[in-house]
Amino acid sequence: MDAGLALSTVIAAMLGGAIRVTTPFLFVALGEMLTERSGRINLGLEGTLVLGAMTAYAFSYATGSPWIGVLAAGCFGFLMGTLHASICRLPGVNDIAVGIALMLFGTGVAFFFGKPYIQPTAPRLPSISLGGWTGDPRFEQALQINPLFLIGIALAIFLAWALKNTRMGLVLRVTGDSEAAARALGHPVMLIRLLATAVGGFFAGVGGAFLSLYYPGSWNEGLSSGQGLMAVALVIFARWDPIRCLYAALLFGAAGALGPALQSIGVTQGYYFFNAAPYILTLFLMIGSAGSKKALRDAPGELSLTR
Amino acid sequence: MTGERRAIGLEAVKMRKVFGGLVALDDVSLKVPAGTFHALLGENGAGKSTLVKCIMGFYKPDGGQVLVDGRQSAIANPREAAEAGIGMVYQHFTLVPSLTGAENLVVSRPRGRQIIDWKIEHAALEEFLARMPFRAPLDRPVHMLSAGEKQKLEILKQLFLDQRFIILDEPTSVLTPDEADEVLGLLRGMTKRGEVTVLMITHKFREVQAFADDLTVLRKGGCAGSGKVTETPVDAMAKMMIGDTQIRERAARVAQKDAPVTLDIAGVCADADDGRAAIDGINLKIHAGEIVGIAGVSGNGQSALVEVLSGQRPMREGQLTIKGSDFVPSRQSMAKYKVFGLPEEPLKNAAVPNMTVAENIAFRTFDQPPIAALGWWLSAGPMRKRAQELIARYRVKTPSADAPIAALSGGNVQRAVLARELSGDVDVLIVANPCFGLDFASVEEIRAQIMDQRNRGAAVLLVSEDLDEILSLSDRVAVMSEGKIAYVEEIGKTDRATIGHHMAGHGH
Repeated sequence: MDAGLALSTVIAAMLGGAIRVTTPFLFVALGEMLTERSGRINLGLEGTLVLGAMTAYAFSYATGSPWIGVLAAGCFGFLMGTLHASICRLPGVNDIAVGIALMLFGTGVAFFFGKPYIQPTAPRLPSISLGGWTGDPRFEQALQINPLFLIGIALAIFLAWALKNTRMGLVLRVTGDSEAAARALGHPVMLIRLLATAVGGFFAGVGGAFLSLYYPGSWNEGLSSGQGLMAVALVIFARWDPIRCLYAALLFGAAGALGPALQSIGVTQGYYFFNAAPYILTLFLMIGSAGSKKALRDAPGELSLTR
Repeated sequence: MTGERRAIGLEAVKMRKVFGGLVALDDVSLKVPAGTFHALLGENGAGKSTLVKCIMGFYKPDGGQVLVDGRQSAIANPREAAEAGIGMVYQHFTLVPSLTGAENLVVSRPRGRQIIDWKIEHAALEEFLARMPFRAPLDRPVHMLSAGEKQKLEILKQLFLDQRFIILDEPTSVLTPDEADEVLGLLRGMTKRGEVTVLMITHKFREVQAFADDLTVLRKGGCAGSGKVTETPVDAMAKMMIGDTQIRERAARVAQKDAPVTLDIAGVCADADDGRAAIDGINLKIHAGEIVGIAGVSGNGQSALVEVLSGQRPMREGQLTIKGSDFVPSRQSMAKYKVFGLPEEPLKNAAVPNMTVAENIAFRTFDQPPIAALGWWLSAGPMRKRAQELIARYRVKTPSADAPIAALSGGNVQRAVLARELSGDVDVLIVANPCFGLDFASVEEIRAQIMDQRNRGAAVLLVSEDLDEILSLSDRVAVMSEGKIAYVEEIGKTDRATIGHHMAGHGH
């Protein structure tokens, strides 16, 4: 294999990989962003993601429709978010501790009820072929795009618009930035946070559905590799902006696709090292953004992270 | 709206509020006719805030009623107050820092379209501003505005919401004297034209005399007097506010001649938490037996300067020298060079709330004999004995030396910290807003202690947002503006107006 061909193969594989791996990152990050903009951190989204993956697979298997699976995953995510927000509204409760508890709870519940679904095969989500014009089978395969990816992009753009141009968006930002101001304006702070956390949970659940119903596309206990937790770092890196969340998710996705892409041209040396790329990226981004005082200037004022 | 007489009048009758066993408001009545400017005076804790919070519906009063335009109104929460046309500008801003001025105004409306058409909104806001006597920038996030601009925006917000009875809680504490006169003067004009009614909480007699029609004075939860401003001289107002409390005489200022420089601050720069420069090239020499007062609107770098001097904030550049030797703020060198301090909000910055009064008083001495043996074995006995001496000498009111310091009132926390900091020899004293939120008796006590230290030869740096405090205590005054020293002058050669201009950054 000559070098040019190898390079284009790697690029095609990384592009396709990035598009595939990005989607769960994107949904969880948008959910986390929404929750944090209301002034709370939900670390439980990792649990929501795994529970969403299991629910989606189970419902898809039971009903034969993967889209019902996606919806069910979202609904269970919504419930997880509601649970998080309901516990956090009690006095003296720390949102980070509750998040860790719910992360373990979510994965535990998913493993418990998910046992019978490891073997059977459920109907998977379809994909749209967008690469026909390239005439290159490798790119055609890379551009097999799942509708959820497109929905995710649309969602990011919609959220960016809504935060600036809708009354609800402004009220959400008020709540996240200054609880005192929200109260003075007569907005129900706890209800707004509950809704933001619940809708954030819905997004994370949908992200989980993508894992089990499209890529990797089966249900097992090792399905999530920490995307739910890395999304927290991603949101900080994206400085709580939905559009930057999209870019950051693409970056994480590309990093995640590096290992398999190199393997596809026969580079097997350091396979595990390249697979660890997203985690290393997370680490460096956290160090980088911790040193940047500018990043914290954009942080919602009520976030326990910044206080 | 201009020229239309649509202000509303308000009357509170026999308002009563009890917290636990404490009567915070004892049958207080207040009458503010439509189109007047009413001042509500009183010391901290006299019940002013409780009264307006009962009017605004934050608290449910235990007795009494509120009449709006003569009709009895049951106001259960701030939203209902807003619907009745009553709005309040709080001492702590309620604008949302990350939102722009326009976003803040639009989101403050109780009802509105779900989808905001910014083109229409901007046009409406421009049209609204054109009718207003003053403007504030609407396109920048609020955290980028100066305190004066924020205060104006707060008032504009109430007018935008069409509130016709506006309550102002100490509105000028963050403004320069010129800004204060501008804002109050414009509001005064609006009341004269009958557009709004204003109720202002304040403790500045000067503002009451210049702008208010009527006044009501509260003391210890009761009404201590009321009347027309033109018929009430300042000493009568003061008498109503303080009652018969004994006030300590302040020691006379002892003249100091050709004293050597004790503290030399040379070219000091430091960054704020967000990385921007907080102070930028501060140069200041303070002589022995001299009080240098630093005036300025809060947020112009004063707290960063105090933090650098007390070792709480790293210095990016510059040099501190005490009596000719290099000074790096640390616990050891502070003890060596006899540097002491009274930071602002002492419960937060100079005390550990849950530790006892005795422990808090021992922070400077706990690792030295007689409290500590061998440098590490602490004995509670000597610690408590020393604390009891100081508690008696500085008249700290505490149930015992073993009570947590958080249980004390603000004035007594300040006295306990004062006892710790001033009981030994003091060469350098760094003081920041020492009297903020204290009652008259404590204020005079603390100012007298600071003057005593000066007379005994300490170099005192006094940072204060209260210009009257600076004018009455300092030998020299320096004005800080945007992280720089904008002006330094001996107190005899300057006046309030000149200092005020420099505070606003219009010195040149």
